[in-house]
Amino acid sequence: MLRNSPPGDADIGTLEGRATNLRRHMLTMARGQGAGYIGQGLGIADTLAALYFHELRYDPSDVTWAERDRFLLSTGHYSIALWAALAEAGILPVNELSTYGADDSRLEMSTLDTTPGVELIGGSLGHGLGQAVGQALGLRLQKSVARVFVELSDGEMQEGSTWEAAMSASHFKLDGLVALVDCNGIQADGPVVLDMEPVADKWRAFGWDVSEIDGNDMNAIVGALMLARSQNGKPTAIILRTLPGKGVARIEASEKAHFFRVDVKEWDGIIADFEQSVGAKQ
Amino acid sequence: MSAPARTLAMGQDEAVAGGRPSVEAPFGRALAKLGQTRPDIVGLTADLGKYTDIHPFRDAFPDRFFNVGMAEQNLVAVAAGLARTGLVPFATTYGVFATRRAFDFVAIACAHSNLNVKIIAGLPGLTTGYGGTHQAIEDLALMRMIPGLTIIDPCDATEIEAATAAIADHQGPVYMRLLRGGVPVVLDPSYTFEIGKAVTLRDGKDVGIVSTGLMTERALDAADILAKRGVAVAVLHVPTIKPFDVEAVASFCAGVDHVLTAENHVVVGGLGSLVVETLFDSGVGKKVTRVGLPDRYIECGSVPTLQARYGITTEAIVAKIGALQ
Repeated sequence: MLRNSPPGDADIGTLEGRATNLRRHMLTMARGQGAGYIGQGLGIADTLAALYFHELRYDPSDVTWAERDRFLLSTGHYSIALWAALAEAGILPVNELSTYGADDSRLEMSTLDTTPGVELIGGSLGHGLGQAVGQALGLRLQKSVARVFVELSDGEMQEGSTWEAAMSASHFKLDGLVALVDCNGIQADGPVVLDMEPVADKWRAFGWDVSEIDGNDMNAIVGALMLARSQNGKPTAIILRTLPGKGVARIEASEKAHFFRVDVKEWDGIIADFEQSVGAKQ
Repeated sequence: MSAPARTLAMGQDEAVAGGRPSVEAPFGRALAKLGQTRPDIVGLTADLGKYTDIHPFRDAFPDRFFNVGMAEQNLVAVAAGLARTGLVPFATTYGVFATRRAFDFVAIACAHSNLNVKIIAGLPGLTTGYGGTHQAIEDLALMRMIPGLTIIDPCDATEIEAATAAIADHQGPVYMRLLRGGVPVVLDPSYTFEIGKAVTLRDGKDVGIVSTGLMTERALDAADILAKRGVAVAVLHVPTIKPFDVEAVASFCAGVDHVLTAENHVVVGGLGSLVVETLFDSGVGKKVTRVGLPDRYIECGSVPTLQARYGITTEAIVAKIGALQ
């Protein structure tokens, strides 16, 4: 059955509940191997909840449906968030999540496209936007109304290929293309090592419509996605200011946020704290 | 004293035909023809449309042609995205850029997912006098290491036209070397091209030349010259570098007294290496003499001068075989 088609009114509370479920799934996954890129995953959880339960048109029972909207996760190491979203969407079984990162699991630490629902091999950073441009061009050429959403990160903007792709998207007037730029302020070597500011001005200068929002505010995300539906001949970049580890206090506070590893006992404590904070909000 | 040969300007014929009739832009003509019956074929280039012979397709199907500017990583990424929507992109640039510059995109964005992307690479080997920046002397070696990538090095206009149609029908990523401009006709009209198949063009017992790309024309010319001297030279043309026709190469080499390889490429990592590996693996104990480019960067200059200086001419093949006797 088609989801989000036609797009309904956003129920912010319900979407926030979905985001909480995604965070819960991610904690389950990280506990399995004791580690993972959970800081990034928790930070992008709200955006993925908004996409999969409000904005993207897709059929969970047919992930190859030609008219589906595409979501490309360029930062393959955010896979933990994608697996959570695909499980919550009914594309992957929830009981498979605990295999994240284990040998022979389909839920790799960095995405391969052999897992259902994955639209590209992410992880070699700088690949996603160009492939999204190609998909948007191809869909338009075939007169499809499907749109292409691509997530990329602040660190990833240091790859020159990102800007090659950004130039071509506006040149080809791809208004069916939306880039979700996760600015969480961290990269492999720590806090962003090469200043990327002013991020929004860079995208504007490359010919994109730009929204710059709190990427952990569901109202703001839904609003920016609504603006991006405008067919004005320009691609849209949504600059998401996110907090790594969002929603899980001990991960928010961690300095190990690029790759987070603790022992199982500590995970149990983290999960208990998370459930307590979720319960307190309700 | 005659004036020294000059470096050719961009876009001038560089295939250096050996007096045979030629066809203008066989790749672009073949692609434009295919485009009439194949609406799924799209063309791309990175600011080298005129110089990679794709202009006939661009002129015939402007809505299905995309010029991404000087951005070869994006060229291949966009091609991968187009392929994901069911289209069959032909992306052209020079071999140096398709390989050295865009390697990660060919490997990960295309080959890893077995996407239907066709990369057409101009200026293969030593076919330009613009120096190391433009001479794709090691492209076959680089691309050979990519799993699942089909690699074609056609020898003439007839083969380019046939191979263009064949790779359009083939499901999967392809890297094809391009001969551009006025490309000689070497093969008979009856020639049939099949991906992965080597073809014996000439029989002979004394020496067997295994050749690919434009060196096949020179191998045939060398065989003619040597026949007049009483040396019987066989020629096995190997247009597909990957998948390599191991059986045909092993059996051809087993049937001749001496083996010589001829390629428009460095002698490491390309055809010569493949033949040596094949003979070793197959237990065919033959010494192999390799004709090809040296393992070094090559200066600027005129193409005939450089090809003679670095030993990929008919005369170089004749001399090497002469030294064997």
